[in-house]
Amino acid sequence: MKVLKTYPDKCIGCHSCESACANLYFKEDNAEKSCIVISTDFSPPAMNVCNQCQTCVAACPTMALTVNNQGVVMLNKSLCIGCLMCVAVCPTDSMRTCLGVHSPFKCIACGVCTKSCPTDAIKIVTE
Amino acid sequence: MNRKLLAEFKYDLAPIVRGYNRRTLYLNVGTREITSKPVSEMMIEKFVGGKGFDLYLMWQGVKDDTKWNNPENEICISFGPLCGNTSYPGSGKSIVTTISPLTGIPVDCNVGGHFGPYAKFSGWDALEIQGKSAEEVIVYIDGDKGTVQIFTAPDEEINSHIFAEELIKEFADSPDKLQFVSVVSTGTAADHVNITCLNFSFWDKRRKVARLKQAGRGGTGTVFRDKGIKALVVKYSGLKVDTNNPVDLLTLQQTGLKLHKEIEAGDATQCRMHEVGTAHLMEVMNDYDLLPIRNFKYGQMPEAIGLHSREFTALFTQGMADGCWYGCSLSCCKAVDNFKPRTGPYKGQPVVVDGPEYETAAGCGSNIGIFDAKDVVEINFYCDTYGVDTISFGTSTAFVMECFENGILDLAKTGGLDLSWGNADAALELLHQMARGEGFGLTVGKGVRAMKAIFAKEYGADPAFLQDIGMEAKGLEYSQYMSKESLAQQGGYTLALKGPQHDEAWLIFMDMVNNHIPTFKDKAEALHYFPMFRTWFGLQGLCKLPWNDIEPANNAETSEPAKVPEHVQNYVDIYKAITGKPMDKIEMILQSERVYNFQKVFCMRMGKGRRIDDVPPYRAMGPVTEEEYLSRSERYDGQLKAKLNIDPIGKTTAEKMKITRDYREDQYQQLMDAVYERKGWTPEGVPTIEHLRKIGMDIPEVIEVVSRYL
Ligand code: SF4
Ligand code: SF4
Ligand code: SF4
Repeated sequence: MKVLKTYPDKCIGCHSCESACANLYFKEDNAEKSCIVISTDFSPPAMNVCNQCQTCVAACPTMALTVNNQGVVMLNKSLCIGCLMCVAVCPTDSMRTCLGVHSPFKCIACGVCTKSCPTDAIKIVTE
Repeated sequence: MNRKLLAEFKYDLAPIVRGYNRRTLYLNVGTREITSKPVSEMMIEKFVGGKGFDLYLMWQGVKDDTKWNNPENEICISFGPLCGNTSYPGSGKSIVTTISPLTGIPVDCNVGGHFGPYAKFSGWDALEIQGKSAEEVIVYIDGDKGTVQIFTAPDEEINSHIFAEELIKEFADSPDKLQFVSVVSTGTAADHVNITCLNFSFWDKRRKVARLKQAGRGGTGTVFRDKGIKALVVKYSGLKVDTNNPVDLLTLQQTGLKLHKEIEAGDATQCRMHEVGTAHLMEVMNDYDLLPIRNFKYGQMPEAIGLHSREFTALFTQGMADGCWYGCSLSCCKAVDNFKPRTGPYKGQPVVVDGPEYETAAGCGSNIGIFDAKDVVEINFYCDTYGVDTISFGTSTAFVMECFENGILDLAKTGGLDLSWGNADAALELLHQMARGEGFGLTVGKGVRAMKAIFAKEYGADPAFLQDIGMEAKGLEYSQYMSKESLAQQGGYTLALKGPQHDEAWLIFMDMVNNHIPTFKDKAEALHYFPMFRTWFGLQGLCKLPWNDIEPANNAETSEPAKVPEHVQNYVDIYKAITGKPMDKIEMILQSERVYNFQKVFCMRMGKGRRIDDVPPYRAMGPVTEEEYLSRSERYDGQLKAKLNIDPIGKTTAEKMKITRDYREDQYQQLMDAVYERKGWTPEGVPTIEHLRKIGMDIPEVIEVVSRYL
C-alpha cells in the first residue's frame, strides 16, 4: 500500500506542502484546498493526511470510491453525488471538503508535496 | 422484449428551480392522453408538494362516489421540494395516494427507492395516473431525452423481484448504467386480492440486484393492476449534488454533514439502524409488553426471544451502504443475501430479501405466533415479490388464526389449511394462494373488514366478537404495536386519517412508559402536534427516521426531547437552503395543517368523515377475552383500584372485564372530544369553517363539502 507518511518532529510548519497540493489539484494557493493539513496550533505541528485505511470506501453509496492496485483510495468525481458520507466516516478527518467544491477530496499519495518539503517531514512509503 | 409503442409525449427538459419543476405529468392509460399541467402559485402556497400535490390533483380527478376500481380513480405519486437532494439523510421519498380498495378513502404511502427522485429530476413534481387500459401496459419516462411513452407489456413474469430487474436491464443504456433506472411494480397477488402494495426499486450496485421498497398500505398494487399497468419505469442519468438546484448548497451540505457525523457517532449505541434497521425494536417492544402476539392479545412472550434483533442481525449482510436513496447515512434498508425459500415457485433459488423491518417481523412473526426469523424472512420475500402488504397480511392472518382457534373457522372452511398459531407453512400457503388467485387465501386477502362480514353472514359467527378482535379501523388493518395501555396511542392509531398506521403519531413511550402526557389536554396536544409534524415529511419527500431514530447527544437535556428540537431546526434550515423561502417551526406545522385538514375533508367527501369511523376495535383498547384479562390480571385489577377506586376482590372476571371496558371506552370518547377540539373540529370530527379560514384552507370546494356535515 502506497501512503504519504508524516514525521511531525521534522515539520517546521512552513505550509509548503499545502501550497503544492492545492496548486496541483485546484490551481490555487489556498490551504483550504489542500489534501494535507498542517496545524501549527500544536507543537510539533499536527499533520493530517489520509492513511488509506479504506473506511470511506464501504460508506460510499455510488461506489465512487475505489482502491487502486497500489492500495490508494481514489475518488471518481463523475460518480460522486457530493453526499459527504465519506467525510463523516473518515476516522482521521482526512476526507476534505471546502466551500464551493462539490466533491470531497483526499490525498492520493502522488508525492508532489514531498518535493516541496525542506525537511523531509513527509515521505511516500509503500507498506 | 417485443413491445409496441401505444402513445408518446415529448417535453422540454428544464432545470429544477429551488426544488420545484412547476409542472405535473398527467397520464390516462385508458385514453392514452399524456399532458403536462402547470403548477400554480396557489398549489405551492397551500399544498406545498408531495402528499399535498397528490391529494390536490386527485380531488380534481375523482367524484364523490368514485370507487377504487372506477376508471377515474387516480394513482398519484409525488416527491416534494426537498426530495432528491443528496445531502441530508432520508431525502428520497415518494408519496403515493389513491382511493383505497380497503377503505374507500384516500390512502397515502411514503416510500423510498430511486423512482421518486429520478421522476422528479426528469421534470415532474407529481405523476397523476388515471384511466384503465384494456391491454397490459408499462409507462416509461426517459428523463434524459424528455419523453413519456406507453408500451404494451407482453411480459410473463410480473413478480417484482424478477420483473423490476428485467426492466432495469431492458431500459438501461448499458450494463454499467443500471443504477440510473428505477421501476414501480407489484406482483401476481395484486390481480386477486386487496391487501397489496407497490414496490419501488433501487439498483444495488454492490449486490447487483434490484432492491425493493414498499408503498405498503391500503391496496395500491390492486389499483395499479386494475388499471392494466404492469410497471412504471424511469431513467435519469444526470444526478449531481446540485440537481435539486438549492439556493444555498453550502448550508444544505453542512447540515447534512452534521447529521452524518451524529449518526456515525451515535447510531451504534442508539437505534443500531445501520446494523439491523427498524428490527432493533423487537426485544424493546417485547420487554415493554408492546410486541403484538397472537392477534394483539399479548405484548410479551418468552418465545419472542426467537425474534430477537440479533437473529436478524445475523441474517443481514453487514457493512453495506444500505440507504434507500443517496446520502442516507442512517442506511436502515437491510437485506438478507442468498436466501433460499423452502416453499413456492422460487423454492431453492437464491434471492435477496429486503428486510424484514420491524413491522414485518412483528406482523408476519409474533402476531401470528411465528418465532423463527427465517420463516419471517420467507414470508417477507413472498409478500414483496407478490405485491402483498406485510402489515395487512400479518394482521389479517392473525385474525383468521384467532377465528380458527375459536372454532369460527375449521379445516373445512379453510380448504384444509391448519391455521393454528405459528403454522408458517399454512401462512405461506395463504400467500401462494393469493398469488395464484385461489383458495382461502382469496378470502384473507380481502382484509379484515370484509372477512368480518363474511364470517358473520356465512358462518354465523358473532359479529360483536368479530368486531372486537378484528384489528382494523376505516377498513385498514392496524400496524404492529400494542396500544392497550396507551390511550394516546389508541388515538394515534384510530384517529389517523387513512386508517390505523403509526406514521401519524407514535406516543406509546411518551404516554405509557414515561407518563409525560397525563391529562386529556396533554394527549390532545400531542395528537395535534405530532401528526402535523410528521405530515410535513410527506409534503417534502422526506423520511421520518432520521428525525428521531438518531438523536443529538444532548437531546435529553433540551426542553422538549420528544420533538428533537435540533433536528427540527435542521429541517427548517434545509427547507430554507433549498427553496429560499422563509420557514420556522410554526410555519412547518401550518403547512401540514392545511394539507391534513384537506385530507380530512377529502375523506368526508368520500363518505368516511364520521366520529364513528374513529373508534377502535376493543382489542386495541383492552382485554377482549378472559384469557387476556387473566394473563395480566395483576395490572388490570390494580387499575380498578387505582383509577376507579373499585375493590376487585369478590368480583368475577367477567364483572371486572365489564368495568374495565366501560371505563376504557369512556376514556377514549373523552380523548376524542379533547383532540377534536384541539384540532379545530366539531365534536363530530368536522373541521369548522372558522378553523379552515384561520389556517388558510377555506377554498370553495372544501367549504362546500364541510357544509354538508355542519
Ligand atoms: S479518506 Fe479517511 S477513511 Fe478514506 S482512506 Fe483516507 S483516512 Fe481512510
Ligand atoms: S461524497 Fe462522493 S465520494 Fe463521498 S460518499 Fe458521497 S458520493 Fe461517495
Ligand atoms: S432511514 Fe432508512 S428508510 Fe429512511 S431514507 Fe434512510 S435508508 Fe431510507
